[in-house]
Amino acid sequence: MPSSYRHKTSARGKEFLLKPLKESKGLKKNLLTIKSLDLRDIELIIDTAAAFHEVSGRVIKKVPALRGKTVANLFIEPSTRTRTSFELAAKRLSADIVNLSGTSSSIVKGESLLDTARALESMGVDLVVLRHSAAGAAHMLAETLDAGIINAGDGAHEHPTQALVDLFTIQSRGKAVSGLRVVMVGDIARSRVARSNIQLLTKLKANVCLVGPPTMIPSYVEDMGVSVSYDLESSLKGADLVMILRVQHERGQRGLFPNINEYARLYGVTRERLALAAPDVLVLHPGPMNRGVEISPDVADGLSSLVLDQVANGIAVRMGVLYLLGATREAQSLRAR
Amino acid sequence: MKQSDSKKFNGRVIMDQVAIDGAIGRIAEEIVKSYRDDDMIALVGIRTGGIHLAQRLLAVIQEQCVHEVLLGTLDINLYRDDLVGRFNQPVLRTTDIRFDVANRNIILVDDVLFTGRTIRAAMDGVIDLGRPAKIQLAILVDRGHREFPIAADFIGQSLVTKKSEMVKVCLYEEGYPADAVVLSS
Repeated sequence: MPSSYRHKTSARGKEFLLKPLKESKGLKKNLLTIKSLDLRDIELIIDTAAAFHEVSGRVIKKVPALRGKTVANLFIEPSTRTRTSFELAAKRLSADIVNLSGTSSSIVKGESLLDTARALESMGVDLVVLRHSAAGAAHMLAETLDAGIINAGDGAHEHPTQALVDLFTIQSRGKAVSGLRVVMVGDIARSRVARSNIQLLTKLKANVCLVGPPTMIPSYVEDMGVSVSYDLESSLKGADLVMILRVQHERGQRGLFPNINEYARLYGVTRERLALAAPDVLVLHPGPMNRGVEISPDVADGLSSLVLDQVANGIAVRMGVLYLLGATREAQSLRAR
Repeated sequence: MKQSDSKKFNGRVIMDQVAIDGAIGRIAEEIVKSYRDDDMIALVGIRTGGIHLAQRLLAVIQEQCVHEVLLGTLDINLYRDDLVGRFNQPVLRTTDIRFDVANRNIILVDDVLFTGRTIRAAMDGVIDLGRPAKIQLAILVDRGHREFPIAADFIGQSLVTKKSEMVKVCLYEEGYPADAVVLSS
């Protein structure tokens, strides 16, 4: 490593030395991980989301709860539905929202994430929604900034709001999660959705089985309280819920399986395979879908599919999270004065 | 409910069960008198104190007339003007109004009318659902000290209170041994 480079990183890393990284607990200021939430926090978010689900069904889909608050959508990694979902959620709460992406901000000029976020905070942003390709990016901002941070996906680490959306979607179909037989199929090792969902579902005592080629299942993942299988058809028998993960072409999955056709043949969820599961099985996919690869079109558009429910519920759950973190922050700064 | 689970009254009882029943009866009578049989009416109870009162009021009104009266529940927390400065966000419950409020006579029902801020929020909440023909207010106890130009149309009982005092309506449905309106300092 050239010495000049080493010097640069250590200068930027000074923040870490002054403030050691630690997990922020619960819902006080930030939503960084599912891991840090206890059952009461989870119940509060889901109940709040239910109230906002009603608002989303109205003719006038807007309430004044976060009037005067500013939310920044800082999406260093591309996203359609999560960004749009947060944007609509903030707008329906009457908050002001600004959208920044990696390519249209000063980050292309070499500005660090921290400097960008600090600049946003100086402009009076109350909440920052961060999507970043590096695991722990949201934690770093949370340790440094006074603004509340919502993790909208950090590398292969966590994507807490997606897991909460999935939970809300399952429960809105009248299913209890405790004892639910869940099959999660796909690239578990590189999926933040999988990691957040495993945390959440095991907290709520579901039986989770991870399925995929051995190259996509992390070692020692059984320690998280889940079982592992390399055979989709045998694990689908009697399943109540199938969570399909996306084959992430952009993360360079060549080498993890011989070719896409073989993946589809062995691990694609088709109608024939789904018939092995419980009669009222539900299918979730966080999107965007690769039709014909991990999910066949007849499953994606079938009666068991909750894919579009997930998108619709996404707004209600994110409204709930923004609402719960939004005014709390204001109160904290008032108390500090 | 077991006796040990019952909540206790804390303070001086201003209205007892008989007085509360009488007040609800009078309010129901006035509501019936002020509308024609074909008017569209809905009672909307404000969470949480107004819900049980709205249900009782509905039962009495339905005994007396042929009005078709609908019932709804409103959660006003999203419309509060004191969200800023509260340390914890109030827990949201669902607003449950399953009818079209447009062109309907909406009667808001709450237990105590004090500053009027709750009613201001409730009116905003109803208007966001559509354009009602009219919004009226039925209240069990009017204790004065208004901070907004808001008045009730149907009042069970007016009380003279000090601003620092607390007026609490305790209802059987909420786990109290009997109905009572309690004043405490």
